[in-house]
Amino acid sequence: MAVARPIQAMLIAAALLAAFGVAGAGLVALTYQSTAARIAANEREALLDQIGRIVPADRIDNDPLTDVVAVQDPAMLGARRTTVYRGRLAGAPAAAVFSPVEAKGYAGPIRLIVAVLADGSLGGVRVLSQHETPGLGDKIEEHKSDWVHSFDGRSLTDPDERRWKVKRDGGVFDQFTGATVTPRSVVFAVKQTLHYARDHWDELFAAPAAEG
Amino acid sequence: MAGGHREIWLDGLWHNNQALVALLGLCPLLAVSNTAINGLGLGLATTLVLALSNSTVSIIRNWIRPEIRVPVFVLVIASFVTAVELAMNAWFHELYKILGIFIPLIVTNCTILGRAEAFASRNGLLRSLSDGLAIGLGFTAVLVTLGASRELIGQGTLFADAHLMLGEAARGLTLRLGDAWPGVLLAILPPGAFIGLGCLIALKNIIDKRAANRRPAALPIGDAQPSQG
Repeated sequence: MAVARPIQAMLIAAALLAAFGVAGAGLVALTYQSTAARIAANEREALLDQIGRIVPADRIDNDPLTDVVAVQDPAMLGARRTTVYRGRLAGAPAAAVFSPVEAKGYAGPIRLIVAVLADGSLGGVRVLSQHETPGLGDKIEEHKSDWVHSFDGRSLTDPDERRWKVKRDGGVFDQFTGATVTPRSVVFAVKQTLHYARDHWDELFAAPAAEG
Repeated sequence: MAGGHREIWLDGLWHNNQALVALLGLCPLLAVSNTAINGLGLGLATTLVLALSNSTVSIIRNWIRPEIRVPVFVLVIASFVTAVELAMNAWFHELYKILGIFIPLIVTNCTILGRAEAFASRNGLLRSLSDGLAIGLGFTAVLVTLGASRELIGQGTLFADAHLMLGEAARGLTLRLGDAWPGVLLAILPPGAFIGLGCLIALKNIIDKRAANRRPAALPIGDAQPSQG
């Protein structure tokens, strides 16, 4: 290696490092460019698929992903900010999908997606993310048990509001052996969401759609 | 320099297996080995990054100055990891969602920087590529073995969710022990990963010892003990 003066060696090293930085950033930018559209399509498809599972396809005829409002009501919905995807049938309000609704889990927030139909009944509830104990609290996940399906079709009148609890508390919903906190909290969060949807239904659908 | 490839592969897959001997990359190893498919996904992603980074480091090894080599290696590795992450998000979206944070964390897997520094910066392109693939597949093998045993013991299935990675045709690959198996919770929890890895290391040492006993001449001179990882 040629002997260089220290200042020269430093400059060469810096230039080399900068060159590699630019090359690395270029590689990432190129990959980003060529995958961005596909990733956005994937995410859109995954969300649409998820909404399709909790809102019956014949109930809405619009694209709920482009008919969106953001609401902020942590007291009722748990999350600081909740996106509401609005489903309409022939222009009339048909379904509101809340994502996320947060329940206080045993180990951190449980994020839910909750679909409320125009008649005040639940289209369905799914878990977006949770940190509950594997094998106990994580039975709220659809692929672990069908507990979450016990919400399908329920409303504030079915069961009676006083019985919107887990069985141990005198309600109608099952709890899991060894984990009562998780289902109790999810039941409460879903009930609160139903309340919110009932009390704000008209203004939810009257609000102008937000971007994204 | 030709002819060393056999040793490179033996080292990568067995004698110098990064997970069982060097005990590197434990964070992703222990966190993602809860099912065989998760292990396979992360293992292959790691292998891809290793092959790319080893090759690149080998190509540029004569240009970089010693004083900036580590930052350059880190740059190379970080760029490839980000590119692989984006590619997985685009083409294996479901699997990407499961592996989540552990894809970007490949960048912190000491194995990759270790191989760049210890091997690729001193060897030619083909040998470095060979080493990257061998080390990566050795790591993948441990991830899949550990994942498969934890999955089998913990939830009584094998290759669950295979379709997320291999397409719908692989759905039939999933094995179930049936509802009779309650599942041992411990195996799925983090301690299960440590216990499982411990068992694998013990197993490797037993096999090595047996092999050494059968061929006493192959013992390293003056060292009758199996090497301590």
